Amino acid sequence: MAISRRVFLQSSIVGGAALSAFGFDVAPVLAQAKTLKISRTSETRSTCPYCSVSCGVIIHTLGDRSKNAVAQVVHVEGDPDHPINRGTLCPKGASLQQDILNDRRLLKPQVRRPGSDRWEDIDWDTAVDEIGRAVKKTRDATFIEKDVRGRTVNRCEGIAWTGGCTDTNELNYLVVKTMRSLGVVNLENQARV
Amino acid sequence: MTNGWIDIKNTDLMLIMGGNPAENHPCGFKWPIEAKLHRNAKIIVVDPRFTRTAANADLFLQIRAGADIAFLGGLINYAIQNNRIARDYLVNYTNAAFIIKEGFKLPEDGLYSGFDPSTHEYDKSTWNYEAAGSSGRGNAPAALPPNVAYDVTLAHSRSVFQLLKQHYSRYTPEMVERITGIARDQFLKAADLFTSVRKDGDMKKVATIIYAVGWTQHSFGTQIIRTAAMLQLLLGNVGRAGGGVNALRGHSNIQGATDMAGVFDILPGYLKMPAPDDVDFATYLKRTTPTASKPAEWDSYNYWSNTPKFAVSFLKALYGEAARKENDWAFHYLPKIDRKYSWVEIWDDMYNGHVRGMFAFGMNGVQVGPNSKKNIEALKKADWLVVGEIYPDETSEFWRAPGTTPDEMKKIQTTVYRLPCAGFAEKDGTFVNSARWLQWKNIAITPPGDAKLDQEILSLIFLKIRELYQKEGGKFPDPIVNLAWNYTDPLHRSFVELAKEINGRALADIADPTGQTIRSGQQLPGFAALKDDGTTLCGNWLYSGSWTEAGAMTQRRGTEDPSGLGIYPNWAWSWPANRRVMYNRASCDPSGKPWDPERRQVWWNESGRWVGNDVPDFKVDSPPKDHMGPFIMNPEGIGRLFGPLAAFQDGPFPEYYEPIESPIANPLHPAQSINPVVQTFKTPLDKYGTPSQGFNVVCTTYRLTEHYHYWTKNNPMNVELVPEPFVEVPVELADEMGVKGGERVKVSSARGSYIAKAMVTRRIKPMQIDGRKTYQIGIPIHWGYRGIAEDAGRTELTSANLLSPTAIDPNAYTPEFKGFLVKIEKA
Repeated sequence: MAISRRVFLQSSIVGGAALSAFGFDVAPVLAQAKTLKISRTSETRSTCPYCSVSCGVIIHTLGDRSKNAVAQVVHVEGDPDHPINRGTLCPKGASLQQDILNDRRLLKPQVRRPGSDRWEDIDWDTAVDEIGRAVKKTRDATFIEKDVRGRTVNRCEGIAWTGGCTDTNELNYLVVKTMRSLGVVNLENQARV
Repeated sequence: MTNGWIDIKNTDLMLIMGGNPAENHPCGFKWPIEAKLHRNAKIIVVDPRFTRTAANADLFLQIRAGADIAFLGGLINYAIQNNRIARDYLVNYTNAAFIIKEGFKLPEDGLYSGFDPSTHEYDKSTWNYEAAGSSGRGNAPAALPPNVAYDVTLAHSRSVFQLLKQHYSRYTPEMVERITGIARDQFLKAADLFTSVRKDGDMKKVATIIYAVGWTQHSFGTQIIRTAAMLQLLLGNVGRAGGGVNALRGHSNIQGATDMAGVFDILPGYLKMPAPDDVDFATYLKRTTPTASKPAEWDSYNYWSNTPKFAVSFLKALYGEAARKENDWAFHYLPKIDRKYSWVEIWDDMYNGHVRGMFAFGMNGVQVGPNSKKNIEALKKADWLVVGEIYPDETSEFWRAPGTTPDEMKKIQTTVYRLPCAGFAEKDGTFVNSARWLQWKNIAITPPGDAKLDQEILSLIFLKIRELYQKEGGKFPDPIVNLAWNYTDPLHRSFVELAKEINGRALADIADPTGQTIRSGQQLPGFAALKDDGTTLCGNWLYSGSWTEAGAMTQRRGTEDPSGLGIYPNWAWSWPANRRVMYNRASCDPSGKPWDPERRQVWWNESGRWVGNDVPDFKVDSPPKDHMGPFIMNPEGIGRLFGPLAAFQDGPFPEYYEPIESPIANPLHPAQSINPVVQTFKTPLDKYGTPSQGFNVVCTTYRLTEHYHYWTKNNPMNVELVPEPFVEVPVELADEMGVKGGERVKVSSARGSYIAKAMVTRRIKPMQIDGRKTYQIGIPIHWGYRGIAEDAGRTELTSANLLSPTAIDPNAYTPEFKGFLVKIEKA
């Protein structure tokens, strides 16, 4: 009897514990082969960062997170327990692994100096020093304690913070805490547009 | 969303308009399909294009981009004329019966009473309720009267209902056809179907309205959404399972960013920003804490009367020990504003030299636009720009935007820092989805290379600034040096501490509303425990209850749904107070019984409490006989068909206005074609086009299923799925131009040009707008000048928002990304 590979696989899967054309049960072997890829991974529950449906995703990483063991993402899939997406993902959610492991990611702080035509590397300490200095200079130059009518306003109109759409609530809270205390009024977010 | 994703399965009818969930929220769109399959629910889709959402519709109507208020106003007119309204709901749960002051004028000529042509603003004193017992005349102060005159027969000529009826009687099917391009018979079919849920006075059926930024991105966006909300109130669809007004947010935490006040005009939990006239904290509280305004025989919870508790607890969270009663809780540490600082204004101020430094964290302002060229020119004038990103983006590389010569580059004096941030899988914390669910995500891996967590970067920068002020002094250092930062990890590598601070904790032993003692240092059970005496701290009252003594509610994973209504009360946590459908008191009749016994959300229990499958959005011990209104956040307690006083800048009822750039003069009032209070800008780059200049094609912008904003253009799989930009062009227009699919076209507005291949389609048909043949085209927004396709030279390096105009909605300040004018030619 001629049997194609496709029919063979179908019969063995549909047959479950039934005996296949080989006369022995291949189902356990198939089951093991199917789970192998993620059988030793850590599963991290997360939320897709794209639209607002908030599909639950499971990020599978290899490496047990012990000291000196660097975890690496090997698979991302929809969370079947999530009541909204029930394991499904769209073409964007389905490619999240390539968003996490992407060779276009920025890896080092950089600076473009006035008049320059290129990026230069800068270490974190220097970058933070320079930025802190720039913020203070701009704030001190543009801070208004009282407006023209003598009313207390304590605002800084020279600095703007524009925040992104995947900033968590906790980050946004930290932004409010720090920026409002600097007197920043030019505070906006993707939420506006 | 007033309701939620899963709740859509409970509906009988869906109007999907200003959104395309099948393509932009694919995994959420399973719930409309669920309603279709299991409840035989119908779908009406109204869109400028035949989308994949439209492909699932029972009825699809093609509308001119921006004409939505005309269509929805037409539905209101149809519902009233055909008595397909929820009369009991209307009388008891809305301000339909309230009487409006004498002197209020409807906008037959395009203007409400009180317009000042010199300032382009309204004096809104006539947009108010009549005080009970008054003559209706006279100049009472501009505040809502505590005791409102009303007429439950709805017959009074100045009742909200009669004014509403008169106002929308102008939105006839003929007028709808002239403005929207939707044929009269098609409109009537949709109107009959949508209002069929209230056929013969039946209250059991429920319809929902679902929208996205197709409604918000207009110079009258707020009023489009308001028209929808009014229609839903008129039909008694708000507060009910399968009903509501449901915004599908386009990003993972747009809802949260608004709740947490990542925008200029509010503080967390929608507290109002202080103003210069708030000379002290008491003045601020007096201005921002509403008092009830209602018929004398009715009751109003007026939940915002708790504002002082929310505000003091917020200031304690910010300034800790430095916020004391004696110093007005450090109220003057907060900036005071008396003008707008919205998105488009920030770029305008930078262009004009006032904004000198900018942080852009995960926010690609050049691509976002509108009028991207202006944003690029503005950045050239800044002293510094700090970009936090995970990919190279257009904003950080504005100084080498296409067309910048080496000489020009030398003149750009802006210092740009580009800091490598962490992706979503590398950070913990909560997002809020469209359904108001706060869901915690966990850290899966560490950021690559030298990248750092966003919060770590912000903390490092802030602590550096603080150090400089401590060492050197400077302008008003007090709020900087006194900001509460007593964290176990000052760099917040996990967000647990901040999440707990947002929920709030007791600073002394206090009694909660049930009489239980909450010990000093304990997490608060919810916002009802907040105090205005400094004994509680809370970063955002709206999220109080999200991380209690019982732990992180946002991490819960209970999959049980006892009612079958898709409530999932133990999955994550929903603001406010874990209730899943807002205003759910309105799911019952005035006596407290569910309108539909099959879909029981909450109800009045004869034991004397509101109980149910969801958390009652109501004062739980208020008996129906007290007639407390279900819309507890309004001082009236009712839903507003009429938006009184300064609730809206452009009118208490929505009126149809043309987009800032329009192919026709407004058929309702040609002399006042556009929104009279709309804001445009005045730099040489703020240009607006007209049909007489040859800009006569209506252009709209949108997303594709395979791409997410300006992000997935860095992802090989998504770029493989849709590798290149394109312009959707109707077959008839392409034929006129002699363009075939795949040939390049150039689209130009008064501001800039966009070049891409034409995708010739029958999904957009030519329309008859006010008797004139009018074309619409569509541009997906996903490409710019950095990305896989861009870097490989496969695009023309143009951005869709080079085309869009700098015009903003007077209420929400959102730019008009949809429905502007262009011309199109072979490139």
